[in-house]
Amino acid sequence: MIGLSAYLTLAALVFSIGLFGVLTRRNAVGILLGIELMLNAVNINLVAFARFSGNVTGLVFTLFTIAITVAEVAVGLAIVIAIFRVRRTVEADRLDLLRG
Amino acid sequence: MASSIGLPLAVLALPFIAFVLLAVAAPLRRAGRAAGLVSILTMALAFAAALTVWALGLVFEATWTWIPADGGPIASVGLMVDSLSQAMLVLVTLVSLLVQIYSLAYLHDEPPASLGRYYTYQSLFAFSMLGLVLAPGFLQMFIFWELVGLCSYLLIGYWYERPAAARAAVKAFWITKLGDVGFIIGIVLLWSATGTFEFTELFDKAQSVSGLPLIMFLIYLGAVGKSAQFPLHVWLPDAMEGPTPVSALIHAATMVTAGVFMVTRAEPLFALVPEVLTLIAWVGAFTALLAATMACVEGDIKRVLAYSTVSQLGYMMAAAGAGAAQAGFLHLLTHGLFKALLFLAAGAVIHAVGTNDVFRMGGLFRAMPHTGIVFIVGTLALAGVPPLAGFFSKEAVLGGVWEAHLTGPFLMLALTALLTAFYMFRVVFIAFFGRAHAGGHPHEAPWLMRGPLWILALLTVLVGLRLAAGGLAAGGVEGHEEAPGWLAPLSVGLALAGFLLAWAMYQRGVIEPARVATALGPLDFMARRRYGLDTLYAGLYRGIMLGFSRLIGWIDRYLVDGLLNVLSALTLRAGARLRGIQSGKAQDYVYGVAFGVLLLIVWAQLWR
Repeated sequence: MIGLSAYLTLAALVFSIGLFGVLTRRNAVGILLGIELMLNAVNINLVAFARFSGNVTGLVFTLFTIAITVAEVAVGLAIVIAIFRVRRTVEADRLDLLRG
Repeated sequence: MASSIGLPLAVLALPFIAFVLLAVAAPLRRAGRAAGLVSILTMALAFAAALTVWALGLVFEATWTWIPADGGPIASVGLMVDSLSQAMLVLVTLVSLLVQIYSLAYLHDEPPASLGRYYTYQSLFAFSMLGLVLAPGFLQMFIFWELVGLCSYLLIGYWYERPAAARAAVKAFWITKLGDVGFIIGIVLLWSATGTFEFTELFDKAQSVSGLPLIMFLIYLGAVGKSAQFPLHVWLPDAMEGPTPVSALIHAATMVTAGVFMVTRAEPLFALVPEVLTLIAWVGAFTALLAATMACVEGDIKRVLAYSTVSQLGYMMAAAGAGAAQAGFLHLLTHGLFKALLFLAAGAVIHAVGTNDVFRMGGLFRAMPHTGIVFIVGTLALAGVPPLAGFFSKEAVLGGVWEAHLTGPFLMLALTALLTAFYMFRVVFIAFFGRAHAGGHPHEAPWLMRGPLWILALLTVLVGLRLAAGGLAAGGVEGHEEAPGWLAPLSVGLALAGFLLAWAMYQRGVIEPARVATALGPLDFMARRRYGLDTLYAGLYRGIMLGFSRLIGWIDRYLVDGLLNVLSALTLRAGARLRGIQSGKAQDYVYGVAFGVLLLIVWAQLWR
């Protein structure tokens, strides 16, 4: 039997990998992938807690999260495409219009 | 008496209406001559109203509460019409009207917008002067007093592009302000002692005021500034930078006499303080003599007249100081007529010749006989030749001073009478007779200018005849005690001596002017340098005013501005530093967020 802490460790690892990807990737699509990883780490946490506490609320919540994540990815990719059309690039370093 | 308020109110309101109309309706003002006609028309109506007031002999006082308070109003405004203000109303409106008509021709070449500006100021001046004359209390008088000062500043600086005019305007403003500071302090002190500004109430209550001599001295300071008494007389000759009609109106007939008028109006108050009166008499007589000596060496025709005005104002003040304020006031009225005449005639000469320097004129009598005749009429009146107006008023002044046993001032004034005749005939002989100068063809002035001249000349003669026939009661002034019998021959003799001296020096050439100047070496030297007073004031101004300004400037530049500069530099530098972290890259921001969360976690773990 694998304990709760193993799941949580896995989730933390996945979250950190996702964060690392978000921070270091230059490509906007890569950053989106990193965000997906971070979200899924959260999902693992939710499912693990649901499993070990015998409460199904976490499972239901996870279903919703997955659905919303799909929508978010769709919107995110659409934004990336729109940016590409305007700027002819999706390099995050060069999208610095917010610079003060 | 409700019905009688209308007339004096109309006299006061008409110029004000003209002023507001010209000030607000810009197209009318820029039209120039139309603006002048509006101003002249209202002035003519005001003159008619003033004449009616004088003919009817209206005497009343009406006041309205201005600042109400518990236990009676603090201040009120109103109209006070008596024999003094009746005469002044007629004088002010008459000279204003004639000067405005004259200006239409004199300032013919001015651009229309400037001419409109000129008439706007003229209307404002007439309103202010009439308000001053009608004031029933010190407070209202002071307000209008300052307004005429403002108009004087504006009109002296009418040609404000000329540095000399601008400087003269500022000088006139500053020097008169010196006196006005004393005036307002005196008024407020008097108010705090009696609780009222009204003349009639003050006359009742003033006996019980302690420190009255100081208060009256401070109030007198206002008159020193305005009426160009020594040592504040230096602004008046410089004020000649303004257009000549302005000099005739403001710096001869009306505004400069405001000080004399004020002293006459407040005579019951001054009568309570004999020591101040004596001071007024001495200062007045000294001013008269000092200015007369300066007039003798002056070459600028307008400046000669300006010094002559200072000198005659000294006469009036001396009379007021000797307790013969009525005589001084009579001299004010007659002097207003013939000095305005002299100035306007001088303006006609300047208009024709194009210079102020009498030594570049000469033989003008043949070219412009009209102007010559009226100038000589004015000169005779000023020199005090019977039966012209000036003779009687000057004799009354001398008589009053003699009656008061002020021997020193009397001798000074007598010497001044001699000098007056001398310097006026000096101008007449040099400018109108003598050798004609080549270059330029002087011509007679247009009728628009000659008309006012003739009217004033006629009035000078008529008033003189009236005074000769009917005593001093004419002109709305009560008579004075009979002067000693030898006074009339003396004053005529002095005038004649002055005339003969000028004739011998400048017409016949019997006495060489240069040799006289050498004989009176130090005096001539001092008079030509205006007794160093201008230099003294300039030095004081530079030393005190500019030194203080420089100190203030240093504090402002290095302390006040410095503090602000340091603050703004710090803000700028901090901003420049902080700007670096705003890279605009979303990932950098996420770094920040992640790092922050990490810090929070560490903090939560370690320092809970």
